Formats: sequence, structure tokens, C-alpha cells
Amino acid sequence: MSDEVTLVKLPDQSTAKLPKVSYLNKENGLLSWLLTGDHKRIAMLYLISISFFFFVGGSLAGLIRLELLTPQSDLMATDTYNKVFSMHGIIMVFFFLVPSVPATIGNFFIPMMIGAKDLALPKINLLSWYLYMAAGILALYTMASGGVDTGWTFTTPLSTHYVNTHVLTTGMAVFIAGFSSIFTGLNFIVTIHKMRAPGMTWFRLPLFVWAHYAASILMVLGTPVLAIAIVLVALERTVGIGVFDPTKGGDPLLFQHLFWFYSHPAVYIMILPGMGVISEVISTFSRKRVFGYTAVAFSSVAIAVFGFFVWAHHMFIMGISNYAVLIFSLLTMLVAVPSAIKIFNWTFTLYKGSITFETPMLYAFGFMGLFTIGGLTGVFLGTAGTDIHLTETYFIVAHFHFVMVGGMLMAFLSGLHFWWPKMTGRMYPEKISQLAAVVTFIGFNFTFFPQFILGTLGMPRRYASYPPEFQILNVFSTAGASILGVGYLLPVLYLTWSLKYGEIAGNNPWQATGLEWQVQSPPLTENFPETPIMDHEAYDYEWLERQQEKEVASVG
Amino acid sequence: MSDSTAIAHGAAEAHHEHPPYQRHHFETYAQQNDATNFAMWLFLLTEIMFFGGLFTAYLIFRNWYYPAFVAASHQLDIFWGSLNTLLLITSSFTMAMGVWCAELRKKSGLVLCLILTFILGLGFLGVKTIEYREKWEKHHIPGLHYSVQSFVNPASDPEVHDKYPKDQPLAMDMARHTELYFFLYFAMTGMHALHMIIGIAILAFMIARAQAGAYTTGHVTFVENFGLYWHFVDIVWIFLFPLLYLISRH
Repeated sequence: MSDEVTLVKLPDQSTAKLPKVSYLNKENGLLSWLLTGDHKRIAMLYLISISFFFFVGGSLAGLIRLELLTPQSDLMATDTYNKVFSMHGIIMVFFFLVPSVPATIGNFFIPMMIGAKDLALPKINLLSWYLYMAAGILALYTMASGGVDTGWTFTTPLSTHYVNTHVLTTGMAVFIAGFSSIFTGLNFIVTIHKMRAPGMTWFRLPLFVWAHYAASILMVLGTPVLAIAIVLVALERTVGIGVFDPTKGGDPLLFQHLFWFYSHPAVYIMILPGMGVISEVISTFSRKRVFGYTAVAFSSVAIAVFGFFVWAHHMFIMGISNYAVLIFSLLTMLVAVPSAIKIFNWTFTLYKGSITFETPMLYAFGFMGLFTIGGLTGVFLGTAGTDIHLTETYFIVAHFHFVMVGGMLMAFLSGLHFWWPKMTGRMYPEKISQLAAVVTFIGFNFTFFPQFILGTLGMPRRYASYPPEFQILNVFSTAGASILGVGYLLPVLYLTWSLKYGEIAGNNPWQATGLEWQVQSPPLTENFPETPIMDHEAYDYEWLERQQEKEVASVG
Repeated sequence: MSDSTAIAHGAAEAHHEHPPYQRHHFETYAQQNDATNFAMWLFLLTEIMFFGGLFTAYLIFRNWYYPAFVAASHQLDIFWGSLNTLLLITSSFTMAMGVWCAELRKKSGLVLCLILTFILGLGFLGVKTIEYREKWEKHHIPGLHYSVQSFVNPASDPEVHDKYPKDQPLAMDMARHTELYFFLYFAMTGMHALHMIIGIAILAFMIARAQAGAYTTGHVTFVENFGLYWHFVDIVWIFLFPLLYLISRH
């Protein structure tokens, strides 16, 4: 991380100014934001809202870790603890992870990357944000009025027969949030199919777009199944219809099949857009075309397809047949292959690249390391034999936090820093953000690595108290969580600071090749002064050099 | 900066000879029409997945509790079911004619077709109400004072018993599962009826707009997409009818 090695090229700060007209100041006033059809403004609305929900969910995580500092349940009563981890899961999954990258960075940059003026359906895009907000407010209301304690999975018959908490309102919140996600996915698919600029063929699309395309397929096909599963839970609770009630001939496992038919693909909804970010960042900061572009593009689609056929690996111990276990275990191994293809291809991209270590790249490295650990421990869990020992322990908690927090959140922060100059026109402060990236990485490992050990030792998840011999590792984990908390607070502070005091970024501070980097920052409302024509492959750094030479020549 | 001249240039170019209904972010009207149609198809795909959950539940329980499902399906009147099928198929035809009229810019034809579709849709709901009421009277609403009387003792239900004299009484533990059948019946036809109600509401809106000449100026996307929706709801019924009414007839 020496000062000399950097690819950042900023305009001369003494003369540089933000563009006079941009999407930020084209219209003014609160209403111009609340009624906007502009994908960039909607992305910013989403960014503010999901950050808010991230900190709500994060505070709940803080409470969980504080409770687990000591073996007894002393900070809160056990049923309060149940509500806290349930609301943590629900808020983080449905209100942060699912919309995180797609609704913010994806919303902002997919149209720009493919050379379009907007998403195909701007009003539907705005509607999706309003649905998200309605769902979010309902979830907060539920939390304030007592919360829900079923875990984020709403497992029957617990959710239908045994608990007396706010299952209905929370379910409704998730139902509505689901439609917000369906509309985002639908909009992306239509946009990617129908709105590409001339010359922008499928295999010239940035890999970010491919990843979002795959994630959108999952949103569109998976989410409605979650919706019907929640409707059935609501009916079972209110009317007692019996589909999930064994005493009436129903089957509680049917709920899990329906739920995981969405919720397993949902983990790919969460991770695929993050993988898209990593492809862009790795390529830009090693100055090379992504190695095996086609393989990486198709691996996204392969993840989407395989992702639909592995759901029962969440149910190995729930009494499904041995043959089903065998087949789903095998299919689970298969879905690891396309993820591995991505990791290997990014590594090969780095090979002999001119690597620099700006903040987005640090986060991307964090992603690659942590996601690999998360993915490989997933193979442990996909193996039926080890799963019986490890499932419902802290091993599984550590596993999905490595993927979701170590993977997705790192990718989100990587993307946020990478595109921040384009979104706001100003640079974030480099040194402190590099520090934040390192702090996050260290804090993350401190928090979640001990949980792998706890899991193999047999500490079950979802309990407020535990045997005293587990305390030392839990103290480690809680200490790590406080470091992690600092790592997440820092970006909020310096990114807000940079809105006013950051250096002027200019069009293309990273010397990146995407179409979004060839226009002013922040962009115009209609993105491009005139419809761009794509005449080169994605990640063509020589094309970029020729462009810049031409510019110098014409100015000279 | 060169940007500002480019903006002026782009803005001038962007606003030449658009039909008024073309949104600014589309290059051509054909692109807009294509994109909106495609979005509608995707939306219908999500609808299929939504109904798919119910169909899955239906298939599982029908396999497990086949005798109960047969006996319970005999409570449905095939006459009403067939009448409703006929009403819906006819309404799909009038809707398709409506789209055709809109494309040919025949205003009165479009209004007529929409009104006919509207009436046929209401007719369907009317028949459905008659059927639901009968279930209510016979205590066949799951979760609310549900009674298995008609299934453990078929003779107590002479109306159905005369039609299906060969139906044997079910043992209590099988008869209880008729409640699942009726739940699925109400969930699936209810969800379908909800889609019909939404469709009819949109139809009312469209009739008013069509009279003002909205869809006969060359911009038919809305009518076309609503047509897709209406046909989809129709097709769902085409699956529901045999699955719910005709279980024992093959």
C-alpha cells in the first residue's frame, strides 16, 4: 500500500468543478425525489433505506453478541433473545442482503453499463422502493410491538401452532418485500434484454450485468413461491386450514419444501450480484480483462439453474428420505463448481496483472478469501454425514455469515467505494477507507472464525445460554464483533464527509473501461448525451488507452 | 465543457417525431411495446410460480388421500363448473376480439368487447358465489364449523347421494381429510377469483378510458397486456376445473 503505486487519475483539484447539471441537481425538492422515475435517484433512495435497515439489524446483532458474552442468559430473558435473533435474521435477509447490491448499485449502473437511458419500467422501479419501504415500516412496527420469535425461517408447526408472537404482521412484511424484489428482478431482465445500446451484444456485457441477470431469474421464479408459502402460514394460523397440520392430515415438511425452494435460491440472489461487483473490481485494479470471461458469465447462469435444485439440503435431518438426501447432497456438490470457477478465474485475472491496492480491491480480496472459506465449509454441510453432526450448531452460523457477511457485505462495500466517485462525483478519503477495509476483515475473522470451532465442539445455535467451557471462544467472537462494528461505522462517517469535502473525481478516476465511466460524474439524468455505440469488447484496456490518446490529441 | 454542447445536441435529437405515448427513455415505440410485453410475460411467469405452490400442495395431498378427494369432489356441481368454463372461454374470445379492435382502431367495437368481457367475468363470479354459498350451507368451509357428515354417512346428503349412489361411506380418519380438499378448493378458486376481481376492476377502468378513445390511437400496449393477463387467468381455470371437479372421471 505505498503511495506511489496507484492508478487513480484525478483532475487538477485547483480548477476541477462538479458538472453544472447532473441527476442530483436537475430537479430540486423532496417531491422531485419521492416521485422520480430516474433509476439513479431510486438507487440513492434505496441506498439510504438499506443502510438504515443494516444498522437496525446490526444493532440487533450487537445485542446477540453481548448476551452471548456470558454463559448465563443475563442481559435479556430467553424469549427476548429469541425475538432478537429472529428480527436480526429477518431484517438482514429481507431488508438488507436481498436488495443490497441489486437495488442500489445494480439499479444505478445496469442501465449505464448497457448504454440505456433508464430501466425499462421506471414507475415499477419506484413502486418497488415504495413496497420495500412499506414492508420495512411494517417490520419495524412489528419489532416495536413485540417482535416475532420463530427465527427468520418461520418454521411450521412452531410458527402456526406454538408461538403467540407477531407472525402475521412479520409474514406480511416479508410478503410485501418479496414483491419489491420481484419487481426489481423483472425490471432488470426486461432491461437487459430490450434496452442494450447498439453494438452491446450479450458477450460484451460487463460481468456485473450477467450476474444480475442470473440473480434476477432467481428473484422472478423463486420469490412467488415464498409468497404463497407465507400466505399458507397466515391461513393456517388464522383459519386452521390444515395443510401444515399433521393432526388434520397436513404436512409441516411441505412448508419447508416451499420455503427453501425460495430461500435457497435466495442465498444466490444475495451472493450473485456481489460476485458481479468483484468481477468489475478485480479487472479494473489488475488492468486485465477478466480471465475466462465466458466461463464466468455462464457460471452465473449455472449457479442460478443449479441453485433451484438443492433446497432440500436444508432438511437433511428433518425426515426426508435417504434417497432424497443422497441426490440433494450430490446436487449441492455440483453447485459448488460454478462458484469455484469464478474464484479460480478471478485468481487467474490477478496473475501477471498490474495490481494496485485501492479500497475496493482490498474489500474484493477480503471477499475472495472469506467467500472461499464460506463456500468450502458449505461443502462440509452439503455432505450428508457431516451435516448431521454440524447442522443447527454454530458451524452453520459461521458458514453462512462467511458467505453473507464475509462475501456479500464485503462485495457491497467494495462496490460502494468503487462506484462512489461516479454516484456522487467525489472521491472518498483513501487512507482511512483502506484502514476500514482492513479493520472489517480482522474484525470479521475474530467474530466468526471462533464460531466454526464452537460448532464442531457442539454448541447449538439459537440459545441464550451455553455451557461455561464455551465462554472463551464466545468472548473472542463478541470482541471481534465490536471491531467489526467499528469497521462498519467508519464508512458511514467518511462517506458522508466526502459528499461535501471529497476530492473532485472527474469522469474516470479508476481508468475503468465500463460505459458508465466514459460520462461525467455524477451522470446526467438521461445518462448519456447521445446513445453510445459499443464498438469493443468488455474490459478492453487498450481501447481505453486509444480513447485517451485521441482525447489528448484533440485537446492539444 | 464538451458535455454541455452534447446535451443540447442530444436533447434536440431526442424529441423529434415521437408519438406522445412514447416514454422518453425508449429509442423507438417498437422497443417500448416489446419491453412492456416482455415484462408482462415475466409477470405471468411469477404468477405461475405463485399458483405453483398451491398446485404442489394439491398434488401431494391428492396422492395421499385419494378417496377423500374423490368423495369431496362429488360435492361440486359439474354443471356450474362447466358453465363457468364456458363463460371464461367466451370472455377470452371477446377479450381477444377487443385487442383486435384496438389494433384496427375500432373504438365502438373495442368498447363493446370490453363490456362483454366485463359481463362474462361478473357472470363467472356470480356462479362462483352460488357454489360458495352451497358449501357454506353444508358446513364445508374448512376451519369454520366444518362437518364430515356427508362423507361418513353419504345417505344423509341425498342430493349428492342420488347422483353418486356408488359412493361408499369413508372411515372417519379418511373423511377428515376432505377438509384439506375443501381448503385447497377455496384457496385455489379463491386466489383465482381474486385475480378475476382485479381483472374486472381494471376492465371497468379500461371501458371508461376506451370510450374516451384512449386505446384506438395506435397505442395498444395496455389492452394487449391486459389481454395476456385475462387469458392467463382463464388458463388457470382450465387447470382448476379438471383438477377440482373431475377427479373421478377418467
